[in-house]
Amino acid sequence: MIPFQYTKANDVTDAVRLIAANGGAKFIAGGTNLLDLMKDNVERPTTLIDISRLPLTSVEETASGGLRIGALVPNADLAWHPLIEKRYPLLASAIMAGASQQLRNMASTGGNLLQRTRCAYFYDTATPCNKRQPGSGCSALNGVSRGHAILGASASCIATHPSDMCVALAALDATVHVTGPTGARVIPFADFHRLPGDTPHVDTNLGPDEIITAIEVPAKGFAANHSYLKIRDRMSYAFALVSVAAALELKDGTIQEARLALGGVAHKPWRDVAAEGALRGRPAEEASFARAADLLLRDARPQAHNGFKVDLARRAIIRTLSQAAHGTPQSQSNKTIQ
Amino acid sequence: MSTLNNTAKTYTGTATSRVDGRAKVTGAAKYAGDFNSGGLAYGAVVEATIARGRIVRIDASEALRVPGVLDVITHENRPRVADSDEAWKDDVAPEEGSPFRPLYDDAVKFNQQPIALVLAEEWEIARYAASLVRVDYEKQPFVTDVHRKRDNAIVVAKPDKPRGDVAKAFAAAEVRHEADYFIPTEHHNPMELFASTAMWEAGGPLTVYDKTQGVQNVQGFLCSVFEKKPDEIRVISPYVGGAFGAGLRPQYQVVLAVMGALKLQRSVRLVLTRQQMYGLGYRPATIERLALGAQRNGTLDAITHEAIGITSQFEEFSRNDTGWSALLYASPNARYEHRVAQLDVPTSCDMRAPGAATGVYALESAMDELAVALKMDPVELRLRCYSDRDQNENLPYTSKRLRECYREGAAAFGWDKRQPEPRSMRDGKTLVGWGMASGVWEALQMPVAVRIVMTANGHAEVSCAASDIGTGTYTIMAQVAADSLGLPIENITIRLADSTLPRAPVEGGSWMAASACHAVIATASEVRKELLRLAKLMKTSPLADAVEEDVALSDGKLVSRTQAERGVSISDMMRHGAVERIEREKTNEFAQDNAHARNTHSAVFAEVKVDEELGVIRVTRVVSAVAAGRVLNPKTGRSQVMGAIVGGIGMALHEETIYDHGLGRIVNHDIAEYHVPVNADIHDIEVIFVDEPDTLINPLGMKGLGEIGIVGVAAAVANAVYHATGVRVRDLPITLDKVLTRRQAA
Ligand SMILES: Cc1cc2nc3c(=O)[nH]c(=O)nc-3n(C[C@H](O)[C@H](O)[C@H](O)COP(=O)(O)OP(=O)(O)OC[C@H]3O[C@@H](n4cnc5c(N)ncnc54)[C@H](O)[C@@H]3O)c2cc1C
Ligand code: SF4
Repeated sequence: MIPFQYTKANDVTDAVRLIAANGGAKFIAGGTNLLDLMKDNVERPTTLIDISRLPLTSVEETASGGLRIGALVPNADLAWHPLIEKRYPLLASAIMAGASQQLRNMASTGGNLLQRTRCAYFYDTATPCNKRQPGSGCSALNGVSRGHAILGASASCIATHPSDMCVALAALDATVHVTGPTGARVIPFADFHRLPGDTPHVDTNLGPDEIITAIEVPAKGFAANHSYLKIRDRMSYAFALVSVAAALELKDGTIQEARLALGGVAHKPWRDVAAEGALRGRPAEEASFARAADLLLRDARPQAHNGFKVDLARRAIIRTLSQAAHGTPQSQSNKTIQ
Repeated sequence: MSTLNNTAKTYTGTATSRVDGRAKVTGAAKYAGDFNSGGLAYGAVVEATIARGRIVRIDASEALRVPGVLDVITHENRPRVADSDEAWKDDVAPEEGSPFRPLYDDAVKFNQQPIALVLAEEWEIARYAASLVRVDYEKQPFVTDVHRKRDNAIVVAKPDKPRGDVAKAFAAAEVRHEADYFIPTEHHNPMELFASTAMWEAGGPLTVYDKTQGVQNVQGFLCSVFEKKPDEIRVISPYVGGAFGAGLRPQYQVVLAVMGALKLQRSVRLVLTRQQMYGLGYRPATIERLALGAQRNGTLDAITHEAIGITSQFEEFSRNDTGWSALLYASPNARYEHRVAQLDVPTSCDMRAPGAATGVYALESAMDELAVALKMDPVELRLRCYSDRDQNENLPYTSKRLRECYREGAAAFGWDKRQPEPRSMRDGKTLVGWGMASGVWEALQMPVAVRIVMTANGHAEVSCAASDIGTGTYTIMAQVAADSLGLPIENITIRLADSTLPRAPVEGGSWMAASACHAVIATASEVRKELLRLAKLMKTSPLADAVEEDVALSDGKLVSRTQAERGVSISDMMRHGAVERIEREKTNEFAQDNAHARNTHSAVFAEVKVDEELGVIRVTRVVSAVAAGRVLNPKTGRSQVMGAIVGGIGMALHEETIYDHGLGRIVNHDIAEYHVPVNADIHDIEVIFVDEPDTLINPLGMKGLGEIGIVGVAAAVANAVYHATGVRVRDLPITLDKVLTRRQAA
């Protein structure tokens, strides 16, 4: 590992002051992604600012009926939190679909948003990668692209965002609370992650000196009709080829409101309001789901090795919406796809 | 061994917990990278980032400026090593070729080749400094894709001779099946990283703790490479955290650790990173072509099996992929051909059941396709062409209970309820598929020597240079020693894997269990002879007139086999004779028998459930019926086979070393991205040991279980996937995208 300084932040203000004062510094929370990248010399922070002990570990109810989740709540604690299990089971389920128990114990809510792509070239400093080294080229474009994006990619980068939790947060219309040198602000989830464009090295719209303090989910949790389905190459401990978060509000079999977000297909959790709109007012049945899926995938453009993802995404969307409609969400523990 | 009628416990054949289990789970067991000494220096490897070329310039100045860096060794400043290919050939090296020599010269022969060793006071310093070594290359064109070399692969000689006229028989066959199958490169990925700690002692020998399957192989190799006398280097490897064949040949880290210690005159530890382990050997990617010709009644007329495996540009590694059908299926006409494609990659190497895991996958997939073409049950087809002889050698077997494997496996699985049509069985929305395959492996035995030191307190130390790579060698040797010395297992201490101990070959090929156990028996009988001599010295000895064949050791006593009450305790005899220890060393001896073939066999039955819409495959049940002679320890034996089945499921569905052939580099070089099955992928596994008495092979009638468990599993799963979906995926691994897209194409 490349030598670095280590310092601890006392509180949020201190953390922001430290990061603003140290060019090349990075926050470390659970370290499950950052340390791996440092060992591979991909991330090369000059200073690590340890925020893991900051008191951002509570889950509180907000005045508007939602929940405010501290940025340092461990993924595992969040998934098992009684309020999350009861009111936002979609979020709990998506978290449980990710990584392993050990990693979920260490990983933080804020860190999960900022985990970087799993594109293998990004991890290998012996290969060109625009995200790691702007201007060096994209190895995946002419290389191995089976796991890469089918939506929103650019000529500079075709990587995907690997998070499961974020797919649920996108579907739930969460907001990201951040604090920087000039104060606090709130970023809607849809605006938090970016598409690669010609600046793939910038993953998010978080300012360089800003810290995530909390994630807020609004009152509507879709606890009755939701599902998170993750399709991957083995039944656990693998990143999604395609994942789908679906949430429905139903009345007499008709869809009142729908949420649909995808993971593993784009540089950000992919939410499509047009596809959601197409579900509204429709009967909760396969034909409606298929139409929404086609709409969502209308601009899908596969890479050399992942043509299968378009059809797989379509099938996964239909399955997940149908699980949600039937009130039989995908289980994350019984070794099978329902 | 025990016609003796006594109450003493018999360990042989009884489920016995691992004698090293406690040390392993408590962390007391030390592995190669755990050993420590004062003044230990740490190494870190710099790897090549091109697939082929020359190092034009290597600049370590920046690395050397890092405080704590002791040295950077490259081809320009390395200690002297031997120059001949012969000197670099270890016991397991392929006959043809020039073994890889780390830091030898400026040539880059494969990506991830070690090109410099940084030595520092601390591991992190070494690792950081390694990132500062600057290398300029002259790149040369390279090929890493076997498909691009298919047409100029070279034929390698294999012992199996053709039979009859296969071309004519194939042309005349009533039913024919012909297809290509593909197994990608796989890496062993043992849990323990490759590591070596070389302990420097001024004036003394260099003691090297190494992760290896054969300490004496490594010791001999190091002595020859570094031009040392045998007593100048000692190699120890008490525990190995898995190897699966990766530790058969000395790996480059042991050469580098020794180079470092010689150069610094200091102890050096070198542990590879997980990523660096993808720069070592691997199971070769192999294209297999099968052509089967049969009569309508299911008898075979023609078998052609051709294989093209990959190897490096500098060594020709290959194993027997093609000859296995002759051990399973009678066919008057057969032809085999093995070729190797030389690519700009490291030399391939043995991985669990080398040759058979791949070759039998292809053969058994082809047999399944033939059964479909014949509209015949797959088990029935195999019985129709069952061979009681090894047709390559034209020999009968010492034992072959494969018919019983089919029968008992099928019964346990419920095979008779199988509906033959693909896509005809369902469980709700999921398609259910049942597939089967045969397995076959060798039952080899090798010379192994064992030393036993028995002390008057009724304890015995049994030692041998063999390794226990996690398979249970410590345990079965303790079982056999306890029985043949008549002592409780707690009184037996097993010492293994030190090059100064009695001679043993590498642990591989499934030969160690039978070889080491018979060495224990042979040596124990020498101890018994000595005890009888002592017994006879005693006045009024109840064994005064006993002869060797009449006595046995049991329950701490030397007793008459016919009259168990006639006996003397070991301690009495030794005290009386004023003998404190009896030490004997002996090599096993097996009766010369060139008139029989020796093999293990299995029948594997697998159930898969496939989500039709999403293509997701689960292997919900596997039943494996294994005939491998007498099973010494059903507990460790079952674990071996279960682990091998999991490996076979991985081979079928997950494992693949993925190359970017444009860069000539492996892209999934860590275990987050190189998939092996996880718990959620594994459901019911049932292992049946078919009773297989074998009075010919060796006195214990045992054969070895290390590899047979994986052979056939991938084919059984692939055949089950076909039965479930109607899609025949002939290139492993069978991922969901292949099932989805090919079904649509069909
Ligand atoms: C083998 C493996 C498998 C995995 N599988 C999955 C999976 O299947 N699905 C999945 O979703 N995830 C998976 N993960 C990723 C895991 O979820 C993330 O690594 C984890 O969520 C990151 O959280 P952390 O707290 O450890 O972040 P860290 O590693 O500490 O930090 C990550 C980044 O976030 C920044 N950061 C952290 N907290 C803050 C904050 N409050 N404000 C501003 N910046 C911050 C850090 O500076 C750093 O750049 C896997 C990880 C591994 C190693
Ligand atoms: S896809 Fe993006 S992350 Fe991957 S190599 Fe290309 S630029 Fe780098």
